[in-house]
Amino acid sequence: MNMKTSAFIKLENVSVHFPVLHAASQSIKNRVLGAVTGGLFNRSDGGQLVVEGLKNITLNIQRGERVGLIGHNGAGKSTMLRILAGIYQPTQGSAKIYGNAVSLINIGLGIDPEASGLENIRLRAVMMGLALDEIHERVDEIVAFSGLGEFIHMPFRTYSSGMQMRLAFSVSTTIRPQVLIMDEWLSLGDAEFAERAKRRMDALVDATEILILASHSRDLLLQNCSRLIWLEHGQIKMDGPVEEIANIYFGSTV
Amino acid sequence: MSGFKKNFSTGWADIQAAITSHHQITVLGWQDVATRYRRSKIGAWWLTINMAVLIGALGFVFGMLFQQPVEEYLPYLTAGFILWGFISTTIGEGCTSFVSASDTILQIRMPLFTHVGRTLWRNLAISSHNLLILPIVFLAFFKQPSWAALMAVPGLFMLILNLTWIMLIAAVVSTRFRDATQIIQNFLQVMFYLTPVIWNPELVPERAGTFILDMNPFYHLLQLVRAPLLGEVVSVATWTITTLMAAVGWLAAVAFLGAYRKRIPYWL
Repeated sequence: MNMKTSAFIKLENVSVHFPVLHAASQSIKNRVLGAVTGGLFNRSDGGQLVVEGLKNITLNIQRGERVGLIGHNGAGKSTMLRILAGIYQPTQGSAKIYGNAVSLINIGLGIDPEASGLENIRLRAVMMGLALDEIHERVDEIVAFSGLGEFIHMPFRTYSSGMQMRLAFSVSTTIRPQVLIMDEWLSLGDAEFAERAKRRMDALVDATEILILASHSRDLLLQNCSRLIWLEHGQIKMDGPVEEIANIYFGSTV
Repeated sequence: MSGFKKNFSTGWADIQAAITSHHQITVLGWQDVATRYRRSKIGAWWLTINMAVLIGALGFVFGMLFQQPVEEYLPYLTAGFILWGFISTTIGEGCTSFVSASDTILQIRMPLFTHVGRTLWRNLAISSHNLLILPIVFLAFFKQPSWAALMAVPGLFMLILNLTWIMLIAAVVSTRFRDATQIIQNFLQVMFYLTPVIWNPELVPERAGTFILDMNPFYHLLQLVRAPLLGEVVSVATWTITTLMAAVGWLAAVAFLGAYRKRIPYWL
């Protein structure tokens, strides 16, 4: 939105507590019943379960940094990505994210299988926050890159899974956000497309001011990141230069 | 008081951001309409056909029961029924604005109001299909539209203004309490019978009338548009009440959104 300020992320003592809402606690009737009967009928709803997703995280990410996020499943990576994307706001502490952040976590989001490829380009681009004139400018390039040719006018559901991936990839990589957030790398199996896709990804990453990449792949992290943050049980276990942390986390044997 | 101010400005910032990128509201809303057309050639007209048949049947039965002249009763019923359909589906679907967009909310930073706007836009587009029934009925009974009908435009604007804040509150509450949607729909069903849509206010005994009509906000919301369409003048009381409702409602709804905006992604 504000293109003049350069991207900068500042988290201070960020904690995230999730309320675990089960069917009973999501019911207004149970609430009322509980209040009226003094908990006679729904004792199970006594305490609300709260899970701590992140604990006391403080970190700064400057413009130009390429940050990899590692940690086992359940360590809080997804929660962290959502905090960095500005989707979750911390329940404690403060998170300041300067610059527009876009997350490419599920590139199929917003795609309507009944709509044509062309309509889906528009839809997906609008969802990612592109203005209509920007979409108008780029649509030809997106169509050309996807290599779908005349199929672009056919409904998305008629595409092969390879074609579907190509379309979603082509639109999603057209954005130029200041902060780019990804869960694993976007790649395509399609052999003749893979090389072009790689170049397009590199161009996208080069254009962004801050890259956040959560990954389990050592090679990918070494190739694209300069700094690694290792999360464990919602806390930062280690934070430092990519080689150093990768050697400890993945083991030094290559 | 300062808490209210803070919540209000948080909520207002969200709404402003949504208005700035209003193309998101319209494109996504149109998409929903287009989806209906893709499933069948006549798309949203199916609903219109449904409604026309229902109006025809109700007009026949209740016209007889109430012993009303059909050339007056049917236009009255048609205008009221179309408008009530708009009001109730808009509020009803407003409840699920956030829940049905949960994938998007959890992945893309977008103003939350955009999702409410999308629901409103979709319902506006779909309900306007139904509006076509009205001129047909007018033609069938040689009823002349009067210049007063133009007042339906500001009336509709005031109706939408009120519906939007109601949707906003309903969406927040229904995200936290998933059964709120059913409760609200139930409430709307009751209001349908309490509000003069199929029955005429003239049928109400004098004393009951003040309570059942004047105290019913839905009656005033309905009158804003129905009265001008039928060539009647909207009362000053109706305009005053709906304007006040909009002012107080918006203040409350914006602060309400501001207070819970942070929590909504966690509730999804």
